[in-house]
Amino acid sequence: MLQERIPDFSKFVEPDRVRKEVYTDAGVFEREMERIHETLWIYCGHESQVPKAGDYYAVQLGRQPMLMVRGPEGKVHVLYNRCPHRGNMMCGDRHGNTGEFFRCSYHAWTFHHDGRLRNIPMMESGYQGTRYGRDNPECSMKRAARVESYRGFVFASLAKDGPTLKEFLGASLVAFDDMCDRAPEGEVEIVPNCFRIIQHSNWKIFLENQLDALHPSVTHQSTGRAAHEVEKMIEKKTGKAPLSYHMLSAFATVTIDKWDNFQTINHPQGHCILTGYMGLRPKDPDTLKYEKTLIKAYGQKRMEEILGVNIHHVLIYPGLSVQSPLQQLRAVRPLGVDRTLTEIWHFRLKGAPEAIYRRSLAYYNLVNSPATVVNADDLENFWKCHQGLSSDGGDWVSFARHFGRDIEKDGVVESGPGMGTSEAPMRNQMKAWARYMGNGK
Amino acid sequence: MKTQHEVEQFLYRQAELLDSKQWQAWIDLFTDDGVYWMPPEPSHRTWEGMPAIFAEDKNLMRVRMGRVLHPDAWSQRPLWGTNHVVSNVVIVKSSTNEVQVRSRFHMMELRRDDVRHYAGAYTHRLKKTRGGYRIKLQRVDMTNAQAAYDYVLQVWV
Ligand code: FES
Ligand SMILES: [Fe+2]
Repeated sequence: MLQERIPDFSKFVEPDRVRKEVYTDAGVFEREMERIHETLWIYCGHESQVPKAGDYYAVQLGRQPMLMVRGPEGKVHVLYNRCPHRGNMMCGDRHGNTGEFFRCSYHAWTFHHDGRLRNIPMMESGYQGTRYGRDNPECSMKRAARVESYRGFVFASLAKDGPTLKEFLGASLVAFDDMCDRAPEGEVEIVPNCFRIIQHSNWKIFLENQLDALHPSVTHQSTGRAAHEVEKMIEKKTGKAPLSYHMLSAFATVTIDKWDNFQTINHPQGHCILTGYMGLRPKDPDTLKYEKTLIKAYGQKRMEEILGVNIHHVLIYPGLSVQSPLQQLRAVRPLGVDRTLTEIWHFRLKGAPEAIYRRSLAYYNLVNSPATVVNADDLENFWKCHQGLSSDGGDWVSFARHFGRDIEKDGVVESGPGMGTSEAPMRNQMKAWARYMGNGK
Repeated sequence: MKTQHEVEQFLYRQAELLDSKQWQAWIDLFTDDGVYWMPPEPSHRTWEGMPAIFAEDKNLMRVRMGRVLHPDAWSQRPLWGTNHVVSNVVIVKSSTNEVQVRSRFHMMELRRDDVRHYAGAYTHRLKKTRGGYRIKLQRVDMTNAQAAYDYVLQVWV
């Protein structure tokens, strides 16, 4: 295994390039699961997915099958989906309601929603004089070491020590603030549907793509052109095409050089904010009505601030891509070194007019559904990337675009002005990766 | 009996146009306000305001067609094809100008060297016109609608 061959992971990463094994080696993947996905704060889900006591959702954190469950006192718990008796998985469904307690399907041990043992059939006669019983914590379902939530978004860390959720998220908190502030009631709620799509590639290939401003006009040219044709046709007929056409045609009309107008702001944890205004303030009646509800809730000045936030999306390391202006996010669940599941959710702005929900829904369906006309071509490239990297045709992946021109201040790295296509985010992610994989936190 | 036969022939033609990649002819099967809809779960009663795997009017169908015909639609480049079998055709409702039909399908898809299988139910609302039937609504309920998709669906099923 590679771990023995090159034990020093920092050797895999140079400032402007990384070794291909970072993406393809099974030993590297195992260590990533341990050091990154089972250590850092990982997104579990939104509190509104489990509104009632006993509601649960299964979620995979690293290699660990977990349950996010709502307790009777309203608290959300995250537990290992495993019975402490003989190891049976507790819930076999992806989601549901467990009732007043968990009951194992094998021998009927029961547990409270926070994982504490409730009862064992004939406990007195069966366990008297043994080390097992109500007082032994090993008879309870194991809980995630740490669980915290921010504005309804629940995260868990499987490591006892480390920064708090807020410390870890740092500047990327803006993803949740931006999403929730856009709601007149200051909150979002889940749209109860999760699109799940499997990518045949390493999880980091997806992360890098999320911040890759060079690729849209190349990868998505065909969709951009087709949407632009139809957009023009609709405009000719009715004067105005729906906003979703504009979002798709941008792949063709925003030529490759213009993507340099974007900017990335990269943080030491590996997070990245991609700025670039999404153009969501057309002067149509729906938007004006929405602005009015925001003014009523927050006042004119604050409304301008909220709608003026200049974010395309935020990548929270190591696996959450949040598109806050359109209220959607994609959570990355690595399944293996060359298989990655993405779970894609959409949120409703509480108190906003229906038309605003429909607008982001149209984007969710077009871009993120399993029949997407956009990500289909990304997934094709991800597969090809993984195939190419698995070969001996070369040892390195290059991240040298605009290298040396980044602007660094207090550990925060910004792509230079007019250099939005800089590979700064990839360089930054890999720097963080090497740190996590080594001994440092 | 006559309607049953005509409807069956129509459904076979619909599937044949997809399998032979005659996209424009397939789109032409729809009425001007026709909709192609694939809900993510069977309980959904409308596509309006709902998440949907597909919810396409003719304009969106044109976008999808334009995309797959473009030489740079990368995910369309590999060897790719489908084969539908449609069966269990049951007329649910019939009036002077509309027929509602349920049927079942199996579809095999080839992509590079991989074969995938899909199955599900069609619900068609067909309008009777002078030129034959036209689709007002094609609802497609995939058996695996709620499962994770191993790769994406390229075109209509
Ligand atoms: S394995 Fe759960 S009760 Fe026995
Ligand atoms: Fe893309």
